[in-house]
Amino acid sequence: MCLAIPGRIVEIVDADLQLAKAEVGGVRRNINIGLVDSDDERIAPGDWVLIHVGFALSKVDEAEALATLKTLEEIGDAYQQELDELHASRIE
Amino acid sequence: MSEPASRRPPAFTAPRIDMSHGAGGKATHKLIEGLFLPALDNPLLAPLADAALLPFGDARLALTTDAFVVHPLVFPGGSIGELAVNGTINDLAVSGARPLALSVALIIEEGLETPVLRREIEAMARAARCANVSIATGDTKVVERGKGDGLYVITTGVGIADPTLSLSATGIRPGDKILCSGTLGDHGIAILMARGNLELEADVLSDTRPLTPLVAALRDAAGPHLRFMRDPTRGGVATVLNELARDSGCGIALWEAQLPVREVVQGACEILGLDPLYVANEGKLLAVVADDGAEAALAALRGVPGGEEAALIGEVRAEPAGMVLMHTQFGGTRMIDMLIGDPLPRIC
Amino acid sequence: MRYVDEFRNADLARAVAAKIAALADGNRHYKIMEVCGGHTHTIYRHGIKDLLPPQVELVHGPGCPVCVLPMGRVDDGIAIAERPEVIFTCFGDMLRVPGSKGTLLEVKAEGADIRLVYSPLDALRIARENPDRDVVFYAIGFETTAPSTALTLQRAKREGIANFFVFCNHVTIVPPIRALLDSPDLRLDAFIGPGHVSTVIGCRPYAFLPNDYGKPVVVAGFEPLDIIQAILMLLQQLADGRCEVENQYNRVVPWEGSLPSLRCLAEVFELRPYFEWRGLGFIAQSGLKLASAYADFDAELRYQVEGVRVADPKACQCGEVLKGVLKPAECKVFGTACTPEHPLGALMVSSEGACAAYHNFGRKALPMAAGAGR
Repeated sequence: MCLAIPGRIVEIVDADLQLAKAEVGGVRRNINIGLVDSDDERIAPGDWVLIHVGFALSKVDEAEALATLKTLEEIGDAYQQELDELHASRIE
Repeated sequence: MSEPASRRPPAFTAPRIDMSHGAGGKATHKLIEGLFLPALDNPLLAPLADAALLPFGDARLALTTDAFVVHPLVFPGGSIGELAVNGTINDLAVSGARPLALSVALIIEEGLETPVLRREIEAMARAARCANVSIATGDTKVVERGKGDGLYVITTGVGIADPTLSLSATGIRPGDKILCSGTLGDHGIAILMARGNLELEADVLSDTRPLTPLVAALRDAAGPHLRFMRDPTRGGVATVLNELARDSGCGIALWEAQLPVREVVQGACEILGLDPLYVANEGKLLAVVADDGAEAALAALRGVPGGEEAALIGEVRAEPAGMVLMHTQFGGTRMIDMLIGDPLPRIC
Repeated sequence: MRYVDEFRNADLARAVAAKIAALADGNRHYKIMEVCGGHTHTIYRHGIKDLLPPQVELVHGPGCPVCVLPMGRVDDGIAIAERPEVIFTCFGDMLRVPGSKGTLLEVKAEGADIRLVYSPLDALRIARENPDRDVVFYAIGFETTAPSTALTLQRAKREGIANFFVFCNHVTIVPPIRALLDSPDLRLDAFIGPGHVSTVIGCRPYAFLPNDYGKPVVVAGFEPLDIIQAILMLLQQLADGRCEVENQYNRVVPWEGSLPSLRCLAEVFELRPYFEWRGLGFIAQSGLKLASAYADFDAELRYQVEGVRVADPKACQCGEVLKGVLKPAECKVFGTACTPEHPLGALMVSSEGACAAYHNFGRKALPMAAGAGR
């Protein structure tokens, strides 16, 4: 149910059959993009999708991914700052 | 160091043999320990090592045998012929023996094209020459169409045990380091891709090679610090280390961040839900070296073709006794259990 | 690997874990349930529990579509596979699940033509390549996987493929969560929502958790940083006195879900009036079957599947573990009569079942009896 992995679309293999070639860490497989491809938003090489049992389930929103990481990094910076302050206060 | 847990061989009760019995994991162990060992019952077999060591005057002979049933016969990086020759040479090498000669038995399926057979014989000859070993004798049988998957190869090897080496699971000690000569899972993933039914494409080559140069480098660099060697074939590194933990009664700790894995192998494993720790290798060496000799041993491995990516992947500890623990790259811990049957792709 | 490695960063993990420890009330014990089996697997695989303070406890929920199939249903699948005219295709997850008389792997050893596939489209290809055989696809999974089966069936219908059938065991995620919450022996503070199911159904369906039961829920991704961030967000909600649905996995989960997926589900499937869940009993409107327009592809109709109910073995406590009432190690037969090699119940077979995950990844000591269970 849950094993899905982000992959990059490298080629549209057959637009009628809604088949695209995706790459995950150097491994390529043909996947069906019928669930994410639409007339309003065509899937194109370079797009990132979430792949599950040979289908693209959803697109990966790069901006949201970066935003999530940024939030996590900010927590990290705050933590590092606390650690630094703790360390500095010890020296006294 | 605690005593290895006393083991009553489990009775083998399955009414039929299924694929899990051939995977090298728990099911295989049950078959060997529950059916073969009680029936064959002799002290030469009992250690269940890669090769049997037979007293021969002042020396010891090493004897090993292996059956190769790979499908497809030819795959990226090699074919059944060289796999068979290298596999048996490697069993001898990791047992600390210098290979003397090999025998080859072929079971050929009716209808196999002669060029295919010729290719495999030539591959075997090349592999044997490369490893400086002769194929001294052999046998050939032909079975009816449908009863043989093309070609099965059974190789047996004889070698002379190096008297300066004393290798055994019970010789390992807490503090010893665990070295791996290179990247995990290349062979198993190459085969899985080559079968075609998962429709994955990637540049993964089988890592099949004779380990003799790596073993020689290790022996020269580590000397008496070298405690144990094994090649992690089917069942992968996880299986070998579990066997080691069980047989020695020690605990083994691995560092996930130190495990060398090619990105493309990691990618294939992530897609299929496999773990590289359980995937077969055919040209890699696992060694346990006393702490004092570990750095030199690692440097020596890295200087040999095929060992460039050698890594220090773990260490022996007193706890958890008999088990393998991994420090995950995320900062937590988890146990690495022994494989049960074939690693199966999953969707959940 | 992009979008994966960044979310496994140990330095960021330490920082988030420190914040969780700081936020967690020392006098309180938090029970957080991760619904989805994929989350259970990630938690164990990366050792996430080691980063959490002792007062934060993770309880494993029923979101393992393999684990919740009752034994009788497994038997039904095996009965179809044993038919000589059938090529039976399934995911690897199903091969070792025990029915009352054996597993698919054992039935394969007896001669049944059982083939592992990665995708339902592979099963359809096998059907095209073998027009003189019946090709049956064993469909399992929650709403994550159902659209893939649906799309495959739509293709089969378009192409007029007459020898392709689906044995449908798709289930939905919301009913079992409700069933758990209505259960008297359970006490939970918050939920980690299933990330991949939500790419299909969106986040709205979880509104009943805060609205009807007062429990916060955060929909989370499957990398370890996703889960740990979700736990932080839940503790923050509890500390703030908030109770709402939040989406941690917004790089992949759209709040509204996926309209194309929902559309094809609506066309191909309909809800069964009720479906039996291992350990949870019969739950209304929780299972999918093929809609009448796709009756020709329905394996249950073609093979007149008996649907015999088979009780779990007496010693089996899968039900209580599924509900999170018992921890795997607290089950009387865990590690002794029930191990991954000879599992009594499905929780020990599926790699995301709580018991298998704990046995394979979480145990820190050998089973008590020396030599037992080998």
